[in-house]
This record gives sequence, structure tokens and C-alpha cells, in this order.
Amino acid sequence: MGLTANSTGMGAVDHGLVIEKADLHDRVVALAGNPNVGKSTVFNELTGLNQHTGNWPGKTVTNAQGRAVHKGAGYIMVDIPGTYSLLAHSAEEEVARDFICFGDPDAVVVVCDATCLERNMNLVLQTIEITDRVVVCVNLMDEAKKKKIRIDFDQLSRNLGVPVVGASARSRKGLGELMDQVSAVIGESGPRKTVEIRYTKPIEDAIAVLEPVMEEKLHGRLSARWISLKLLDYDETLCTAMTEYLGEDLLSDPQVSEKLVEAQRKLSNSGVSQEKMKDDIVSCLVMTAENVCGDAVFFDRGNYNARDRKLDKILTSKWTGIPVMLLLLAVIFWITITGANYPSQLLSDGLFWLGDRLGDFMLWCGAPSWLYGAVIMGVYRVLAWVVAVMLPPMAIFFPLFTLLEDLGYLPRVAFNLDKYFKKASACGKQALTM
Amino acid sequence: MNEHLLTLSGITEGQTARVSGLLSTGSMRRRLQDIGLIEGTDITCLQKSPAGDPVAYLIRGAVIALRSEDSSQIVVQC
Repeated sequence: MGLTANSTGMGAVDHGLVIEKADLHDRVVALAGNPNVGKSTVFNELTGLNQHTGNWPGKTVTNAQGRAVHKGAGYIMVDIPGTYSLLAHSAEEEVARDFICFGDPDAVVVVCDATCLERNMNLVLQTIEITDRVVVCVNLMDEAKKKKIRIDFDQLSRNLGVPVVGASARSRKGLGELMDQVSAVIGESGPRKTVEIRYTKPIEDAIAVLEPVMEEKLHGRLSARWISLKLLDYDETLCTAMTEYLGEDLLSDPQVSEKLVEAQRKLSNSGVSQEKMKDDIVSCLVMTAENVCGDAVFFDRGNYNARDRKLDKILTSKWTGIPVMLLLLAVIFWITITGANYPSQLLSDGLFWLGDRLGDFMLWCGAPSWLYGAVIMGVYRVLAWVVAVMLPPMAIFFPLFTLLEDLGYLPRVAFNLDKYFKKASACGKQALTM
Repeated sequence: MNEHLLTLSGITEGQTARVSGLLSTGSMRRRLQDIGLIEGTDITCLQKSPAGDPVAYLIRGAVIALRSEDSSQIVVQC
């Protein structure tokens, strides 16, 4: 069966994002996660070459979709932008939140970094607040093992109330189990008992005023508690998206606006300003994350990244940082330049030999000399030169560069050079176009 | 600004301090909160970059570099 654009409901909901299903029974799975947790690796490993990219409608944020097949069932994986939170501080976060909330995915997979799980829990908790169809994928387990970090998945899963799966996407480990859990979560009927995020008393009191009326108006289409919280947080982008999703403006409903005003008065009476409320929400999330991880994540070696620190002392210290960096880059350039000579010579010999034969053939066919000159001496020779000169250095330099990236050296370079780049009104990241 | 206020930029390498408040506003404030920098969070100063700025800190298990203009907006207690 070929790809058919299927926009029934889906597309209309998410500001026109078209989910391309290959089969009507395909389930939609959103892939969320912090930046740099290997989310793309998970996405690539699951979907293979079966993917296409575009932009989120109306946003300069890239969107990737791909189809994964697991045990005979099809899943459309939608790669949503990597973010630390869903509080809609940036276009990326807004896109991520809107898709999880209003894109009606059948399940959401949140990819986490096993080496700093607690920080990743912020996003997990915010996702769980929106939907209970969540599977947590703790990626980079191989890295965590090296750093002697132990994670009790059963305990973490109990704490969160959603399945938690460990994975090392680079070596495809754990992805089968991940998809098993995704399919189980999709197959479940009825709500799940998930972790409850308790806010401070004034906020909880205000939510209690608004939640019943929202429950009534939303008919279970969205989480009433979460929407109440967001309304109290004056989240305008959410209101617009919600109106579009529901097809009606809830804020213009007299019952809702009356309760909203009452709840807001309650908040300001207890001395909670808008800014304070935002702070309190984040604090409660961070503290819940701490509790969730407390009895599930263990650092077997007290100073678990001592080796990293020692290396950093050499790679980024005042006296050795810059010289080591220059030396490393010099070695890479040296390998690239000298290493490229031999294959370059070989390539140019081969391509020129082929060019001569092609020329002989053209003349034998009786081609006029101007045509021979243009095609062989012009087009072919230039192309052959460019390929022979450019290809070998690129084929050597980029893998070496990728190696430095994988070793985590590039952020160190950014760290070393930030001050100098700042003087030029840029930042260290631009040193290596990260 | 109050001169008695100790901020993160005044912490030396190897020292650990506890956050008691954020002076930064807007997107920087939210960014710091997103990485778990809230009241009561412990921060260890790991090391300075070769130029002395930015400085690397250990925050909730993650190493994060902050420029002095940002770390001077984080009020801490030793």
C-alpha cells in the first residue's frame, strides 16, 4: 500500500500538521525529550529510511515523521522538538506542547538521558500532567553504566505510574521492549494512576475553584486540572490553541470566566503574583522530580564522574586548555592533509585516465573538436579535479570531527573560546558551528 | 545592588553553595529554572575556562557553563 495523506481530524487539529499514515490502523506516537539525549537516534533506529521531514505549519521548527513496524502493527513516529520543558517559553516548546496536548497522539514516548535522569524528569512530569499515555525511554544506558549509575526501572515506573524502559539506542538495545510498552499503553482502556504533582496551597486552592467547571466543559477531552493550571498561569498561546482544538472559546463562557476571576482573586489575596506563581510551579516540578528519582537512581561511585573532571582539568584549564585545543586541531588537520594526498593522487589518476578514454571514444564517434573541448577538457576535467581534491579530505576530516563530537570535546571548545567570541557579540558555540 | 549579597560569581573553584534566589528575569530566569536551578539547589563550582569566564558548575548532576553576567544574578549562601 502506498502512502496516502490522511488528514482526518489529525491535520485539522494540529494547525494543519498532516500525519501521513500508510495504513488506517497506524497509531500515532509522539517522540519527546530534552536536547542531546539521543532522541534522533531512537527515531532513526525505529523508522529506518521510512521517514520524511518538513516544517511545523507556520513555524520555523523542523518536523520529522517516520513509520515504524513492530509485531505487525504500524506506528507513525512524530519527532517533536527537543525541549527542557513544555511551559511554552520558545517556539520549540510551544510546538512540543501543542502536539502532545492537541495533536491527539495515541501515546507519547519521552526519551531521557540516563546520566542525568533527574533533570530530564521535569519534562516527563509535565508530559504526564497532560496525558497518561506516556512511556519513558531511559536512553544512553551504556553511558550510565560507565559512570556507575544504577537505575531501578520498576521503582521509577511505580513512582511515575507509567512504564519505564531502559535503552541504548545506538546499539538498538531496549527498543523492542519500548515498542512493546507503547503498544500496551495504547491498548489500555481507562485512565492510569499516574504521579500527582502537588503545587503550593494557594495554587491548589485556586485550581480547586476552576477544575470542576472545566471538567464539565471539557467532557474529558483534555486534562481539566492541567488546563485550569494553565489558565491561571495566563498562558495566551495555549488559549488560542485550545480554542482552535475545541472549536469554541471557553474563556468567553460566562461560567468559566466567573470561576477564573474568582480563582485569580484567591491567588492574589494569598499574595501570589504572576511571577511568583511561575516560580512556584517550576519549584514544585523540580522537587517532585527529586522525589521520583530519590529511591530509583543510585550513584554507585560517590564521585561518579571523577574521570571526566580530571580530563576537564587538562582540556579546559587556564594553562593547558588552549594549547591542548590547538594541538588537537593541528593533529586533525595534519592527518586530513597528509592522509588525503595518497587517495587524491589515485583518484585524479583514475578519473583522468577515464577522461582520456571518454575523449578517445568521442573523437572516434566523430564528435567535433569544440564539443570535445567543452565536454572533456572543460566539464569533465573540472569535475574530476574537484572530486579528486575535495573528496578525500572531506572523507577524512568529517569522521574525525564526528569522533571529537561523540567524545564530547566540542562543548569544551565552546567553553574555552566563549569569552573571545563574546567580544565579537557571538558565543562560543559558533566556534565550531554546533 | 546590595554589596553584601553573595552571588554565584563570587564562589571559587571547588566550593559548594546553595541557591537562595534568582535576580535574573525573563527568559534567562526560566532557562535557569528549567535546568533545576531553584531555591535550595546546591551548586558546586568546578572550574574556570582559560579566559576566566565562563565558569563550569555542577548543577543537579549536570555540568553547566555560566557566564559571569548570568552567575552574578544568582544569589547563594555558603
